[in-house]
Parts: sequence; structure tokens; C-alpha cells
Amino acid sequence: MDTKKILAIISAVAKKIEAEKNFLTQLDNEIGDGDHGINLARGFKSVEEKIPTWADKDIGAILKGVGTQLVSTVGGASGPLYGTAFMKAGNVCKGKNFLAAEDFVAALEAAVNGIKMRGKAVEGEKTMLDALCPALKTLKENLAGGKNFVEALSVAVDAAAAGVEFTKTIIATKGRASYLKERSLGHQDPGATSSLMMLQATLEVLREA
Amino acid sequence: MVGIVIVSHSQKLAEGVVEVAKMMASEVPIAAAGGLEDGSLGTSYEKILAAVEKVFSSDGVMIFVDMGSAVMTTEMVLEDFNRPNVRMIDCPLVEGAILAAVESVGGKTLEEILKLTEDVRTTKKF
Repeated sequence: MDTKKILAIISAVAKKIEAEKNFLTQLDNEIGDGDHGINLARGFKSVEEKIPTWADKDIGAILKGVGTQLVSTVGGASGPLYGTAFMKAGNVCKGKNFLAAEDFVAALEAAVNGIKMRGKAVEGEKTMLDALCPALKTLKENLAGGKNFVEALSVAVDAAAAGVEFTKTIIATKGRASYLKERSLGHQDPGATSSLMMLQATLEVLREA
Repeated sequence: MVGIVIVSHSQKLAEGVVEVAKMMASEVPIAAAGGLEDGSLGTSYEKILAAVEKVFSSDGVMIFVDMGSAVMTTEMVLEDFNRPNVRMIDCPLVEGAILAAVESVGGKTLEEILKLTEDVRTTKKF
């Protein structure tokens, strides 16, 4: 993945979040404060506007830029969470103009650890981590098993989708949904869902190539 | 005097807490950082940073928050505005803010007020 590809992925993520913002907000209306889609779409709109200014930047700087934009424009918990994720991923990709499979894995791992740190959360609490952690684990396993990157990412996206389904079966213990306790059962987590969408958008761009 | 910042998802709530704190300590340096730039609900990195800068002095700043993104966004501001005497406080928003305002005007130091806010966590209203 070169810089151009990374920018295409970021743009695809922004478009997907914009297209799905009502669905994400509806999910958040059920168990949260009903702003996830609107907030995230506002954040990614500002990210998209910045893309032309990043053409000559390295991938680390681009990812950091995405994080900074999200932190200052989202306004809800997904701002500092995804903001930290992109900034941490940016640190790992500092100075790089090309990401090999292992670089992508390292960036995703840094992003996931950033979310854990910022949200003081672990897997199984009905959060974005329930999509991202299985995706990261599956991606690593399949790359180690000899699959090429797109195939491995495809299985990882399936694992993230299964993770989103799993969030319907657990009670939220982090975030606004935790106020609802057992009433959060049966609903899929909006954060896990938006994380899945980002991975799906990434896969779609890489498949086109 | 120790400065105080009130971070809330709601501009009205943050301004309301400032108002109530000033009832008892009119001269305290206190700033509201509530809602987003356009006044809608949420927490704003820029608003929080501006509020901290506004009330900052060598006496330090205490930041009181409501929940969720208020905590996480404040953390990010503190990582960038990295001064040891600027602290986010884990206690009830209204009670903590009033206590800090009164004690700040009364001349207590940041460390002294920090100790007092620990009691606020378990104080019963009646």
C-alpha cells in the first residue's frame, strides 16, 4: 500500500461513514446518546476535506492528521477513541511511504492498543474492541498461515462482523450503553459497527486494485 | 488562585455549574467548556484547551468533567498542554466545582484542594 492507496482508503472510509450515518445514529439511539453516526460523519467530512493537502505527506503524517481532525471535530467519545487510534497508527508508520502487510498489522495493533488505553476498555465490554480485536487476531493468524494480504483481510472482516453480532449477546460495561445494563442486550454496538465499516471500506479499496 | 474548568457535553450545563460556583466565590478564575463550537451537544478539544489557557496560572488548574468523551477529550488536552499542575478531577461535577471554587478563593493550594475533593466522592447529600 502506497500513500495514494492509503488516501483512497481514508476517502472510502469517509464515504462509507457518511452513507451509513443514519444507521449508526439509529443504533446509538437504541443504547446510547444517539449521536454516533452524526458525530463520526462530521469528523470524517473534515478529514475528507484535508485529503488534498496530504498528497505529498508520508503515511505516518497522514494517519496522524486523520487522528487530529477526528479529535477536534467529532465531539463524542468516538473522537478521542478513533483519534487516538489513528495517531498511534501514525506513530508506527512514521516516515513510511509504503506499507507492507506487517506494517499494516503493526499499525492496526497500535490503533487497537490506543483505543484500549484511551477507553480503559478490554474486549467483551460491548465496544469497538469487540470488532477490532478479533479482526486483528484473525488478520495475524491468516497472514502467518500463508494467505495473501487481501485474502487475510477478508477473513479478518468476517471476524469483525462476527464480533459485531457478538455484541448483541453481551451487556455493555463501558460507555453510555453501560447505563442501560441488561437493557443493552439484543442491540449491536454502534462503535463496533463503525469499526467494522472502516475495515470493510479498506478491504473494498484493496480488492479494486 | 487555582483556576477551574468545567467540561460538559452541554454548554448550558457547563455554564450553569460556573454560575452556581460563582454564587459562592465570585472572583474565582473559572471557565466553562461545554458543548461543541456551534453550541450542539458534545465535547470540544479546542474549547477545553482554550478554557484551560484562560484560567491557567502558576497556581494550577483543576478540571471537572461530566462523563465519557469529556474525560477522554480532556485527557488528550492534558497530554498536549503538559503541565504537572493542571489536573482532571474524578468527583461529582457540581459538588467538586463548588468546593474547589470556595477553597481557591480562600487561598488553598492545588494539592490541598485535591485532597479535599477526594472526600467529595463519598459525601452524601442528606
